[in-house]
Amino acid sequence: MSKEEKKGFLHYLYKHRFLMGRRLTQVSIMLLYIGGNIYGWNILKGNLSSSKLFDVIPLADPFAVLQMFFAGAIVAVDALIGAGIILLFYALIGGRAFCSWVCPMNMITDFANWLRVKTNIHREEWQLRITRKTRYLAIAMALTLSLILGMPAFEFVSPISILHRGLIFGMGLGWTMVLAIFLFDLFVIKNGWCGHVCPLGGFYSLVSKPSLIRVDYDYGKCTECMECVKICPESQVLHMVGKHSSLVSSGECINCGRCVEVCNDDAIYFSLRFLEKSKEAVSHEGK
Amino acid sequence: MSKGRKPPVNESRRKFLVRSMQAVGISILGGVVWGAFVKENTYDPLAIRPPGALPGDDFLKKCIKCGLCVEACANRPTVPYKNGKKMITLRLASPGDNKPLGTPYFIPRDVPCYMCEDIPCVVACPTGALEPDLVSSLVDGKKSLDINKARMGVAVIDHKNCIAFWGLQCDACYRACPLLDEAIYIVPSRNPRTGKHAFMVPQVDPDHCTGCGLCEHACVTEKAAIFVLPREVALGKAGKHYLKGWEEHQEINGYEPQEEKKEKGKSPESYLNSEDLLNE
Amino acid sequence: MAKVSQEERSLNLSRRDFLKSAAAVSAATAVGMSVPKEALAKASEAETGWRWDKAACRFCGTGCGVLVATKDDRVVAVKGDPKAPVNRGLNCIKGYFLAKIMYGEDRLTKPLLRVNEKGEFDKKGKFKPVSWQKAYEIMVKKFKEAYNELGPEGVAIFSSGQYTIMEGYAAAKLMKAGFRSNNIDPNARHCMASAVAAFIQTFGIDEPAGCYDDIELTDTFVLWGSNMAEMHPVLWARVIDRKLSNPDKVKLVVLSTFTHRSVDLADIPIIFKPNTDLAIQNYILHEIVYNHPEAIDWDFVKNYCTFATGYVDIGYGMRGNPEHPKYTEKEKQTMRKEVVKTISEDEAVALKYLNLKPGDKLKMKHRKQAGKHWVISFEEFKKALEPYTLDYVARVAKGDPDEPLEEFKKKLKALADLYIEKGREVVSFWTMGFNQHTRGTWVNEQNYAIHLLLGKHAQPGNGAFSLTGQPSACGTAREVGTFAHRLPADMVVFNPKHREISEKIWRVPKGTINPKVGANIVQIMRDLEDGKIKWAWVNVCNPWQDTANANHWIKAAREMDNFIVVSDSYPGISAKVADLILPAAMIYEKWGAYGNSERRTQHWKQQVTPPGEAMPDEWHLIEFSKFFKLKEVWKEWKLSDGTVLPNVLEEAKKMGYDPEMTLYDVLFSEEAFKKTIPNVDISWPQPVAYHPITKEKHLNTSAEGDKRGVKGVDGKEWKGYGFFIQKALWEEYRLFGLGHGHDLADFDTYHKVRGLRWPVVDGKETLWRFNAKYDPYARKYGKGKDFAFYGPALKKIPEGDLYGPKKGTKVDLTNRAKIFFRPYMEPPEMPDKEYPFWLATGRVLEHWHSGTMTMRVPELYRAMPQAFCYMHPEDAKKLGVKDNDLVWVESRRGKIKARVKTRGRNRPPRGLVFVPWFDERVYINKVTLDQRCPISKQTDYKKCAVKIYPA
Repeated sequence: MSKEEKKGFLHYLYKHRFLMGRRLTQVSIMLLYIGGNIYGWNILKGNLSSSKLFDVIPLADPFAVLQMFFAGAIVAVDALIGAGIILLFYALIGGRAFCSWVCPMNMITDFANWLRVKTNIHREEWQLRITRKTRYLAIAMALTLSLILGMPAFEFVSPISILHRGLIFGMGLGWTMVLAIFLFDLFVIKNGWCGHVCPLGGFYSLVSKPSLIRVDYDYGKCTECMECVKICPESQVLHMVGKHSSLVSSGECINCGRCVEVCNDDAIYFSLRFLEKSKEAVSHEGK
Repeated sequence: MSKGRKPPVNESRRKFLVRSMQAVGISILGGVVWGAFVKENTYDPLAIRPPGALPGDDFLKKCIKCGLCVEACANRPTVPYKNGKKMITLRLASPGDNKPLGTPYFIPRDVPCYMCEDIPCVVACPTGALEPDLVSSLVDGKKSLDINKARMGVAVIDHKNCIAFWGLQCDACYRACPLLDEAIYIVPSRNPRTGKHAFMVPQVDPDHCTGCGLCEHACVTEKAAIFVLPREVALGKAGKHYLKGWEEHQEINGYEPQEEKKEKGKSPESYLNSEDLLNE
Repeated sequence: MAKVSQEERSLNLSRRDFLKSAAAVSAATAVGMSVPKEALAKASEAETGWRWDKAACRFCGTGCGVLVATKDDRVVAVKGDPKAPVNRGLNCIKGYFLAKIMYGEDRLTKPLLRVNEKGEFDKKGKFKPVSWQKAYEIMVKKFKEAYNELGPEGVAIFSSGQYTIMEGYAAAKLMKAGFRSNNIDPNARHCMASAVAAFIQTFGIDEPAGCYDDIELTDTFVLWGSNMAEMHPVLWARVIDRKLSNPDKVKLVVLSTFTHRSVDLADIPIIFKPNTDLAIQNYILHEIVYNHPEAIDWDFVKNYCTFATGYVDIGYGMRGNPEHPKYTEKEKQTMRKEVVKTISEDEAVALKYLNLKPGDKLKMKHRKQAGKHWVISFEEFKKALEPYTLDYVARVAKGDPDEPLEEFKKKLKALADLYIEKGREVVSFWTMGFNQHTRGTWVNEQNYAIHLLLGKHAQPGNGAFSLTGQPSACGTAREVGTFAHRLPADMVVFNPKHREISEKIWRVPKGTINPKVGANIVQIMRDLEDGKIKWAWVNVCNPWQDTANANHWIKAAREMDNFIVVSDSYPGISAKVADLILPAAMIYEKWGAYGNSERRTQHWKQQVTPPGEAMPDEWHLIEFSKFFKLKEVWKEWKLSDGTVLPNVLEEAKKMGYDPEMTLYDVLFSEEAFKKTIPNVDISWPQPVAYHPITKEKHLNTSAEGDKRGVKGVDGKEWKGYGFFIQKALWEEYRLFGLGHGHDLADFDTYHKVRGLRWPVVDGKETLWRFNAKYDPYARKYGKGKDFAFYGPALKKIPEGDLYGPKKGTKVDLTNRAKIFFRPYMEPPEMPDKEYPFWLATGRVLEHWHSGTMTMRVPELYRAMPQAFCYMHPEDAKKLGVKDNDLVWVESRRGKIKARVKTRGRNRPPRGLVFVPWFDERVYINKVTLDQRCPISKQTDYKKCAVKIYPA
């Protein structure tokens, strides 16, 4: 019995390996930042807007720097290099992993989503519908406003920053904003903030299209249970499921790995972009 | 009737148009609200910024709100303690602070700027929102940090409530001033009421005051009678059309003729022909 | 408008008018014409229900008058008393917060005893609240153990210049007449002893000749080791006002070892090397005698002065046994100089007149006769001054290595010229820079020498004036004589006549008073360390924070077998090392009186009830006397040096005392006072007990108890002594001074006026003593002469030359002051390679002494939250430290951590650091050296050698 339980537990761990990895990453990064502020640890200092890694390597939020550019600021080299490093990392390697592996808001919205499903609030007919393209509109607005106001416009309202800064430097009334997002996602729109509105997510969607790390789908192994689509917070990126083998090519995929975890058929897995072709050919032939 | 007969192509075009207009509507509404919020939130003429901060909007433009300056301030070895708690000068504005969100500021009455010689906050800034050049001077031909160049604000004295102006021997601000006798100096004058106790009142010299707020922090009155205000708020401007004849170096920044704004319809004739003096 | 112009006119009063009006005012105040009615009655709408009453400020020796407002048994506000002549309604920031000092969060409100888990006393236990009864039970038990084992020398009281006069008097009477112990010495020893010794040696009587009115009358201020701007701010305002009244004529010279606030405003700022003030004053004397002999007022000198000198091999007031086992080798390096000192190059020049050469070993043969002095001729005096040329003195004394020597010379010359200038009036002020000095008495005396030689003393606008630090160092410690060697009114225990007078007034048997000088404050500490004193009581002071070389005394308190009681209002370091803590009432929670620097005595009434179970110090002392029967204390005692205190019980019986009576019955009971002051009404209440306007009866916790019903030392509710104890103490104390140049007014008078400067004769106060125009005693003793330095002490001394006195000679110096020659000598510890910095300590404006009161006022705490180590920026750079960095300040004795300050109020020259001592977290007295003036036994806190390194 204990063996089975143990096996069950291990199985559970296996089935949530990415989720736990993500939580671990998110929390560790958070703790490193907090330690950097309170105890002066030299691993990660600052916050997600801009930070110093090991007190040497600058990191910066490329979207924030872009807004500052639109606002008419000539930003110091440090920030430019930092933004470049982050941009290249996600664009060429990590994909939109920021949203699922780093961003602290992800934990809030995931929790809202989980609760939404658990409590059966999630019903199609209760959904308010807005397009997922809203985030691109938000980007346009952020940049336009930055230009007009001469201020990086999103940076003054970003709930991500409010939450993240709040955890490191003190929340103030910032919790109200976080609560608002939580309730929005819980009652109004499924994956409302991260999947529809967030311009930072939108920004990473746009830039991370060419990234190396990708989710791959093997139609040949698929039993079309659609669990992956159900669990995916950006389900539109899995449009090929049940149709044909393909890499998830959309930049909107956040590389969270939930689809990989729930798939019992090994039909969906992480892969690298250059491995894609041969596999697709095989699976296609197989069908 | 005619409407019903519209072809489906038109229907989808219409739908597209409506959708587009919806998007535009939402954008404008959202943009106005968003923009207004940013505008309101960033309007804070009273915020006291760290040393080397660019003036006004330029600072807000460049500040990436990373808090590295705040961390540098909190983790410097010289940070003072009160009852075992760190007294950290810089704070990062969080919602409810009524300061532009995420930007660094300080409240001198709570914790003033201690004017570290190595200015760790400025060194930490990745974007140049805190500009090292603004707090540097040339020493032996080399640019080096000089906190005395900081202009975080300027101290202002409320002469009514400053007890030194009552004749009390206080000068707590003066003694707290790191640029004692430069930024704050004492002006003695006779006290006709007692006939024998000189007034020893503090005065601020804005040319030297860095706005560190050590004076405001030290002030012993219930609400500080000396306090730091941003320089733009506290200081006047004499204009450049008249220079102090007794100060030669001033002329370097001499007069630059500016196009005066013309009032409409102002001409000699309009005055000369306006009224008939005889008919009045 | 009209008002202003009138005030302006008053500014233009001529000097003569000023003197006249000053005299008129002093007379008017004395007879009680100027009852402060309007000031008390004026109350704005907001103040309705407030009762205003006059009082004195709690803090420094300036003695500002204040008005205290109370409502619902709480002090709600304070204002400067506009009628007070000292401050005319103004205060400094400490005075500004007077209303708050009594209400700190951690006031002591219950007796606290170290106990074990069973609740029994245990030296290693933790403090727990106990009843007054239990507290006194153990306190008395421990006293009797020490007293019976070691005799009157085994117990001690740390007394204070911050007691009320009545409390100090009660303490002195209890110790000297009751316990027959002279081991009572005040913190004023740390503060004024050198001034006292110099007053006695020079004039034969304590306390200054002049008064604050000199400030408005003089042309020249010379501040020697006094940072008036921070330590006596209200007087500083008067100095500056005088300066502004005639900026070209009035000159201000400030001499200091580092630049501070007062130096900043000086016309001539002089930064000198520690201890070289001795050389500078000799340079001035040299300049007078050699280059400006015409400036000597021979008339004055011949009629009223004489020349004198004393020994130089007198040690430095450190332990006589430098090989003491409780001291480390490092400490001994300095301590050995107490016995023998190698003469340095610089010293050899100054000591040439004794044929001493560089490298000679000067054996300290006259340590025990440090105060001995004898008359010399003017020629000898002149000869001794010969080496003090400008070149020599400037080289030795220049304190700022960055100042050009020529610049420094010019300043010294200018200073000498100001003193010498005919017709120029000069006041010299000093405080701790002179008094806390390894040659404190000398340096005081040298200053009198300059003034006396020039005939510029004891006249309006002319004189040398020692400013006191504490609010009642003069009034309580000095005038009452809460010193190891003193009795009230300048009398001393080793003078049989003085003992007799005192015994008569106190109505105790002849022979009761112990003739042997007791342990002074540092000696009490050393005796605790050596196990010679096993019971000590701290009254209104904080000796464990303020005594130099503190590590030793902490160990002495905590590791030796002794019992230490601390009466205090707030817990400080002394309370922390104590075994029993007694909660004390604070200033306006009791009736009291203070005496300031200018001999002004000011009384106040109890305004509010003390908090918790706190009781006035006078009550602590008097209640203690109830536990001792005469047969326990007035029996025969054998002292450690063989002196026998006789059994006086038989004598006592003849006086009508029963050996079973208690000390209370004989010293403090109503019956006792009815015998010592039979003609004074000491009943409670009486007219003076009532407020002049509201007619309310003032509280008097000691006399009638109060609403709290505190359970007293007998476990019963405290209902009061039943008579006016404070008035009784005052009136009895007054008997000592009447007719001896120390006359004080009666108790009731002081409640009508803003203080009076003694001697108060025929209802008139005295502004300038020794001057027949102003001082009735000078008229009486001078018999027609203009001056009479009538002080009676040390007026019959031998004659001699610079080497020593001639045996068997005796000169009568009645009515004369002495012009001393005192050479320049170095302190025992100077910076060297290992300890390269001078360390000076001192105060800051914001905080009073050890900070127990002011650090609890949040505003003052915020204004000055910690003590810094002030340092020259170049030195900081060399050490690799920046502003606000932590450094260790380490001497041969101990080390502490402090933050560096290179800019701001105190700016030392290279090679010197200044650390204030108010902050118990920066416990600088662990570092300082317990070196003292061998004559006055006052510690020199202004110099020792330290090293500094980053922490």
